Formats: sequence, C-alpha cells, structure tokens
Amino acid sequence: MFKLDNLYRFFMRAYPVKSYGGIPPNTPLHKALSRCRVALITTAGLHLQEQMPYNDRIIGGDCSYREIPNTIETQVLALGHRSKAFDASGTESDINLVFPLDRFRELESEGKIGSLNDRHFSFMGSITKPKPLITKTSPEVGQMLKADDVDVAFLTPV
Amino acid sequence: MCNQSVGLIQRAVEAAGISTISITLDESITKRVKPSRALSVPYRFGYPLGEPNNPELQHAIISEALALLVDERLPPILKSSRQHHILADNK
Repeated sequence: MFKLDNLYRFFMRAYPVKSYGGIPPNTPLHKALSRCRVALITTAGLHLQEQMPYNDRIIGGDCSYREIPNTIETQVLALGHRSKAFDASGTESDINLVFPLDRFRELESEGKIGSLNDRHFSFMGSITKPKPLITKTSPEVGQMLKADDVDVAFLTPV
Repeated sequence: MCNQSVGLIQRAVEAAGISTISITLDESITKRVKPSRALSVPYRFGYPLGEPNNPELQHAIISEALALLVDERLPPILKSSRQHHILADNK
C-alpha cells in the first residue's frame, strides 16, 4: 500500500491541475467557534443507502453531491468512492476517518462549536474534468450552506 | 484527484461567504489549487484523520485544523500538521 500511495503521488505531480494565482476567496471568521454553526463536506463519495449511487461511467467524473442529514447514524453511510489509489479498509472500519461527524458531535456536546448544521454534503472526489464542479455544484452547495446560516465548513478528501 | 476536488469545492463555498478549512493529503496539489486554509497531514490517501477508531488522534487533527480559522495571515494558508503519529502501515 505504501508503494501504491507513492506511485499515485508521482502520477499526481504530472497531472495538469490548474494553478490559481493571487489571493483566494476569503471569508474571515468574526465570531468564536463556540458560537459557530458548522457543516462537513467530504469527497469520499458517501451516500445514504436510499440515495442514488455516484455514476462512475461519467467521463471526467461525477460532479454531483449528496445531502447527508445531521441525524444520520454514521455506520449506515455507504462509501461510494472506489479508487485503486487508496485503501478503503480504514474507512470501512470507521467512517470518521474521512467524515468525522461523531467527532464534531462530541465538540458540539462539549460546547467547543456552537452547533452542527442540519445537513452536510458529500461529493465523489475522482474528478478529472472539474468544470461542472467549479461552475455549478460547488457554488450550489455554498449557497445552500449560506442559506442555512452556516459559519464554518470543514472539508476532507480521501 | 480528491485533493484537487476538495480545494475547488472549498474555494466556491468560501466565495459564498462561509469560512472554510480543509485537510490535505497532497500539498503539491493544494499549493496549485490554493484554497483559503488547509492543514497538511502526513498520512496516506484514504486516511485524512490519521487512523480509524482513534478519536484522540482525530480530535488532535481537527483541533489543529480549526485553529487555522483564526490565523490572521492572509490566505492561502497551508500548514503542516504537528502530528508525528506515524502509524505502522501509514507512512
């Protein structure tokens, strides 16, 4: 697995990822975390059993997203991300490895964050042609989270 | 491509008026995509929170990441995690 990880990293260095210049979008946080509403976003390709799985036949990748209710039992989430680039056994053992909802529930109960949003989001990360992700689906999720009065989004890859 | 996707989603969500923080497993990609704030962790793909069923380590990583939300430097901010918990099969 160590060798596979390194091979994938080698491949990624050669991959034509667009480089962005300048200062990125910036929304400074102006209140204490203990008063913030927090949402999680992962690219682990998580979905509920009753939701449509991601479509791995779309050339360039599936840029769609799934809404994950905050009330979900984390054990019932399905991992839709099937890639030879990573070992999924850790996530199968503990979904918090990629989607740390139980950890954030603990932070909420300890008062370290204000509250968790009623919904979180998952995308499928294996996207080689990200234009729909940039122009459509990511801004949609941003607008929905803004409408939910979310202050902070915590994002995880796989 | 997951680390690129996270950065692109993060840029859009931040542009919508939400403060964002991400974990990255590949600094070279994150340096190109330039999201506002990212914590680089020393783990293999598939293990952004370090180790399954290790709440203590997961909390340590989350805490480090959340601290970047109040970092007063101008984005992009990319910080290497202080975690040196190198796991037997997770180098």
